[in-house]
Amino acid sequence: MILDWLLPILISAALLLAVAGMLKRISLWRAGQPEKVNFFSGLMAMPRRYLVDLHHVVERDKYMSKTHVATAGGFVLSMVLILAVHLFGIENRWLSYALLGALVLMFVGSFFVWKRRRNPPSRLSKGPWMRLPKSLLMFAVSFFIATLPAAGILPEAFGGWVLAVLLAAGIVWGLGELVFGMAWGGPMKHAFAGALHLAFHRRPERFGGGRSTGLKPVDLNAAKLGVEKPTDFKWNQLLGFDACVQCGKCEAMCPAFAAGQPLNPKKLIQDMVVGLAGGSDAKFAGSPYPGRDVGFAVGGPNKSITEGLVSPDTLWSCTTCRACVEECPMMIEHVDAIVDMRRFLTLEKGNTPNKGAEVLENLIATDNPSGFNPGSRMNWAADQNLRVMKDVKEVDVLFWVSDGAFDMRSQRILRAFVKVLKAAKVDFAVLGDEERDSGDVARRLGDDATFQSLAKRNIAALSQYKFNRIVTTDPHAFHCLKNEYPDLYPAGQKPAYEVLHHTTFINELVKAELLNLSEFKGGTVTYHDPCYLGRYNGEYDSPRELLKELGIELAEMERSGFRSRCCGGGGGAPITDIPGERRIADMRMEEVRAVGAELVAVGCQQCTAMLEGVVEPRAEVKDIAELVAEALVEEVSPAPAKSREQSKVAKKPLAEEVS
Amino acid sequence: MQPDKQNASLRITALVSVGKHPGSGRARRAEQDARAVEMAMTLAPEGLEVLHAGDPQADSLRAYAGMGLKRLRVLQQGTNADAVPALSQYLKQQKPDIILTGVRAESGESSGMTPYLLGEALGLPVVTRIAEIVSIDHGEANLLQALPRGQRRALRVPLPFVASVDMAAAAPRQSAFGPASRADLESQDIGMAVMDEVKAAWSEAPARKRPKRLKVVKAKTAADRFKAATAKSSGDGGKVLRDKPASEMAQAVFDLLLEEGVLR
Ligand code: SF4
Ligand code: SF4
Repeated sequence: MILDWLLPILISAALLLAVAGMLKRISLWRAGQPEKVNFFSGLMAMPRRYLVDLHHVVERDKYMSKTHVATAGGFVLSMVLILAVHLFGIENRWLSYALLGALVLMFVGSFFVWKRRRNPPSRLSKGPWMRLPKSLLMFAVSFFIATLPAAGILPEAFGGWVLAVLLAAGIVWGLGELVFGMAWGGPMKHAFAGALHLAFHRRPERFGGGRSTGLKPVDLNAAKLGVEKPTDFKWNQLLGFDACVQCGKCEAMCPAFAAGQPLNPKKLIQDMVVGLAGGSDAKFAGSPYPGRDVGFAVGGPNKSITEGLVSPDTLWSCTTCRACVEECPMMIEHVDAIVDMRRFLTLEKGNTPNKGAEVLENLIATDNPSGFNPGSRMNWAADQNLRVMKDVKEVDVLFWVSDGAFDMRSQRILRAFVKVLKAAKVDFAVLGDEERDSGDVARRLGDDATFQSLAKRNIAALSQYKFNRIVTTDPHAFHCLKNEYPDLYPAGQKPAYEVLHHTTFINELVKAELLNLSEFKGGTVTYHDPCYLGRYNGEYDSPRELLKELGIELAEMERSGFRSRCCGGGGGAPITDIPGERRIADMRMEEVRAVGAELVAVGCQQCTAMLEGVVEPRAEVKDIAELVAEALVEEVSPAPAKSREQSKVAKKPLAEEVS
Repeated sequence: MQPDKQNASLRITALVSVGKHPGSGRARRAEQDARAVEMAMTLAPEGLEVLHAGDPQADSLRAYAGMGLKRLRVLQQGTNADAVPALSQYLKQQKPDIILTGVRAESGESSGMTPYLLGEALGLPVVTRIAEIVSIDHGEANLLQALPRGQRRALRVPLPFVASVDMAAAAPRQSAFGPASRADLESQDIGMAVMDEVKAAWSEAPARKRPKRLKVVKAKTAADRFKAATAKSSGDGGKVLRDKPASEMAQAVFDLLLEEGVLR
């Protein structure tokens, strides 16, 4: 029978071509900048990263995770058995039965892929991705029939040459898509690139339930700062781009995309693929950047990205909210890539849009973004009698005030928090005029030089004093201090303190029964998770526990927790202010309205500013510190006669130290 | 930016100083000087020289370089030296077509005398507070001079000349860290150091806000307020003294200064 000699030839040809293609692809990645990875342990860890970490993300969509397990598992198993049965011709009935079983599994999986693709949601790419389920089915069916004789179910010469030719055609199609296409840029490329991307990921800390969200510092002595051309990315970043399956989960979560700003994280990653391989985006079959047509972007490994491939507006639309990264099943790092390209625009080109240049100049000259006299940093607390580190030298808690000190609305949050600290008799002090902007905005705007300078001077200020913890009401400062400053400590030194967000800290105080709180009286309340608290630092519970402690039943929004939608205030987005069709803050307030909330609790001054910027009528916006401060029952010692609170919180001796 | 404005053979020297942020007192790129550099870069990207007399190690000079300059020339001298003799000696040799300065420095004496002293030393006309160089043709420049309240005066000046650049000129481009840290600061020993006698005699103290005469605005409507804010200052509008003996005109100035309490 023809297939007996044709099959091994087809399989070997497909394999050989695939190897050639893979080598070619690898050379494209290797054009990137060197980055040290641990090859061996990465490869060893890869199966676990795939089976556990990646599936943990895919699992959020049960349908898709089951489908993928069946299809991918069936395919990998079939491929191994096909090599045994059809290439090496091992004649073993059980082996053939196993192959048939694997193919059935793959067929069932592919069937459901196909079913979902009948009415694909807009986030999915069309084009070759519409062909993929059919190719999968074709592969499974053709090999199934071709294996029947080997399993002894059908006679050797069954069906004659007509069937043989048909089968051969099906097999060529299947192998073409699944083996050849994997190496030569077809949809199956994701399996090959994805596996290696998992092995050589730039942030291996993310696997095994870890978190790695701090940006990587720029070497300021390098000949070029930031990423201008695709080859300026690290090689494993390029590899990461190639792993994209165009599932559009990132697109569906991106606030800038939803607001009609010219950014679509999926398209951005695909444009990076265009850049690393060379060519144009004409074949891209997904949603465009809002308001921009597809087909005009051209790029190449050594061509400047912002000249023809991606418009700078696209890069500046991002709020660095990390919703895309959180959602991406392939664990691609969009924010790293975007900031890397911003770094080039700011540090080399001096092209930060709108108020960007002014803010950076202020940060350089005055250590705060608005250009206020740095000596007036403590003016907000003129009536607060705060202790300053310079005087006390040693304290339990250092209260990091942040630039909220200069903003009247934020000052209300700061005052509320001070009231809470005092009520709990916490031993705390502030840095006063020695504190500087954390550098968050400078860093997100790509100015790592200014970030590093601010960070180093803040570290020097911190290093003079002794304290156990830093607590701040600003999640951006929290993130910088906790996740980004450790990179900038002088060699051999490490921060000797813990960094906490005020919601975590107040929650601890409440748990230790150091605060006497009354019940919240008011209407429906919802909670908005700040990106830099939630996705960046995994703190979703403390704010909720605290609100519960106040007797608040939260009406959760559809997008909450790790799927919270950005307020639009991160990443310097209000400063670069790229026009869209809607404002992100308005969309968020719409979601608040949808759950009928009269009050939205937040844990961030930036979120407060953004959400309060929405025109009335709208829900009231309050920081959790403000809610707690309002609920404080003043201790009228020693006679607690007037306490409205009955006995929910028993009176406790007030301790001096909080551990 | 507008290529028709650019002039391949035009040679412009922009003088820059070390600025001082009013809030923090920190050294920085001076706002007016940066505008002078911006103007020069737009007009003559090729024939541009940015010049400083002082300490070549001053970090804030790099902020000018970050605008995209390949090099910046520094006439090396101590902080107590007078910049004018060094600058005029150098400029006498170079003979640029246009010399741009800020209106006044942000630190030091901040007297605003540099353009005048240079004009005197080089024998060049001085134009103050320009907002724009509109065009240059046949050896003459068409300028816009900035007047209060957004008004402009068109001037024609023959090259070469000295001009001070007003805050009304186009804002300077962003300074980028990469080019700033890589630019060449060509320091040059000019073999002279004239002590700045005046500066040595001065003592520096932080400025206090000068008391202002309050303008009582009686306007009731927004339109009135707008008028009040934009109208030329009322009063007798000052006097124009022209074609009179110099002593008489000087006397008038002297009397005014006496009246305002500037001289006692
Ligand atoms: S970080 Fe947020 S704004 Fe930026 S691309 Fe991702 S989802 Fe969009
Ligand atoms: S970047 Fe990730 S989430 Fe976005 S389309 Fe690609 S694989 Fe999906």
